[in-house]
Amino acid sequence: MNIDAVTFYVAAALALVSAIVVVAQRNPIYSAFALIVTLCSLSAIYGILGASFVAILQVVVYAGAIMVLFLFVLMLLNVRPEERFAGESLRFKLLGVGLAGLLAAQVAYVLWRFAPSGVAAVFDASSRPVARILFSPQYLYVFEATSILILAALVGSVALARKDA
Amino acid sequence: MQQELAITALKVGVLLNLLLMIFSGMTFIERRLLAFMQFRLGPNRTGPFGLLQPIADGIKLFFKEEVVPEGANKWIFIAAPAIAIITAFLSVAVVPWGGTVTFPHWGILPDFLEGRPVLLQIADLDIGVLYLFALSSLSVYAIVMAGWAANNKYTLLGGLRSSAQMFSYELALGLSWIGIILLAGSFRFGDIVRYQDGWFWHWFLFKQPLAFLVFLVAGTAEANRTPFDLPEAETELVAGFHTEYSSMRFALLQMAEYVHMITISAVGANLFFGGWMSPVAFLPDSPLWFILKLAGFLFFFVWLRGTLPRFRYDQLMDFGWKVLVPLAVLNLMVTAVVVVALQ
Repeated sequence: MNIDAVTFYVAAALALVSAIVVVAQRNPIYSAFALIVTLCSLSAIYGILGASFVAILQVVVYAGAIMVLFLFVLMLLNVRPEERFAGESLRFKLLGVGLAGLLAAQVAYVLWRFAPSGVAAVFDASSRPVARILFSPQYLYVFEATSILILAALVGSVALARKDA
Repeated sequence: MQQELAITALKVGVLLNLLLMIFSGMTFIERRLLAFMQFRLGPNRTGPFGLLQPIADGIKLFFKEEVVPEGANKWIFIAAPAIAIITAFLSVAVVPWGGTVTFPHWGILPDFLEGRPVLLQIADLDIGVLYLFALSSLSVYAIVMAGWAANNKYTLLGGLRSSAQMFSYELALGLSWIGIILLAGSFRFGDIVRYQDGWFWHWFLFKQPLAFLVFLVAGTAEANRTPFDLPEAETELVAGFHTEYSSMRFALLQMAEYVHMITISAVGANLFFGGWMSPVAFLPDSPLWFILKLAGFLFFFVWLRGTLPRFRYDQLMDFGWKVLVPLAVLNLMVTAVVVVALQ
């Protein structure tokens, strides 16, 4: 096994285990930390696949920025570990199993339908090609519209948070 | 392949040891320099001129009792210093310490090392600057975790303050780099440094003076140094997020802060002062120039600490968001227009 394969399996195992911890853990703080681990291991997998730019964005945006906000809220509100939910547990469990089955079926269908044929198409996902696609006429307007949307959301949240407004 | 791995491992080993040496040296130099600036003597009893003081400190910290406070979240409390030091060391991986140097033919090295050119940088990533940005955003977690896990209101306040501060100033820090990236046309540290070849007026310090000012202020805040050391404002918060830490865990947090300062200094030397490029066109480029510039930055940080009083917290936040970020954006816009106009 070469070093890429070893790194991939380690990162993939870490991503899976921590993703399970996110769901299974009753303490929301631990869940948040496990989610950070998941995001970082996914970023490692992107890095191995040669998409270093995407890998870094994953860490900067999700692990670095969004999760900090999650943690802030959890810590400031002092959220307690979840209590076990009493009553109607069987109905919820059946619903959960049904939804999980549906998801598994979808994943299986996609894997079967679009099975990778040998080597995946080589796409250089470093910063320059990604930028060329993002700012090509095809995506430029969508990209700019998204930016304006985010800016509007930002201004809106500040306006809502102002006490004297 | 294995040779490449061996060389990388060698570089990692050398750099780690070098960093630890700079760290312990800096604790001593900082105390002596501060004492000099304040008309005191500073630590001068251990060894000649007190030179063995860092070793004595290390031994002392090593033999102290490790205390985990009652009611603390034990695992997160233990993990926080580890994460602090890991993110601090990882971020040094992309910082170049020099150009390519060639191993001499001494005849004592293993065969594959003899006369082999080696890049003085662990990972020459094509997105090096972004990588650094990502890791500095991850390093916030160590402080949040340390502050929260100790189950103490002072540490929690210190942790929250610190993360809010690092968060706000990170933005200005990142924006101050983008003008340089636009001019150099690359995220790669090596390309940015080579762009500043020649006389010293080719340095980005003179092409991006506003960005340099923003970088200097935001970098000081990012490294939690005075006048931005609010997280550990001892008059109000005991010692901030590391109040409850003792022994080697305390030492690790301290080490992480110093490594941060060294990283910020190294980045400043590379991005604004031409890294290992010599300031005079006819003198050879050499890692020594880089060391000199690094030392200049480190001295500057100590000098600041000996000179300036601490900010008030609301002033700090106001300054970050209402002055630094707009300045950085203005600089970015002007730079972008100039770059497009010159094309």
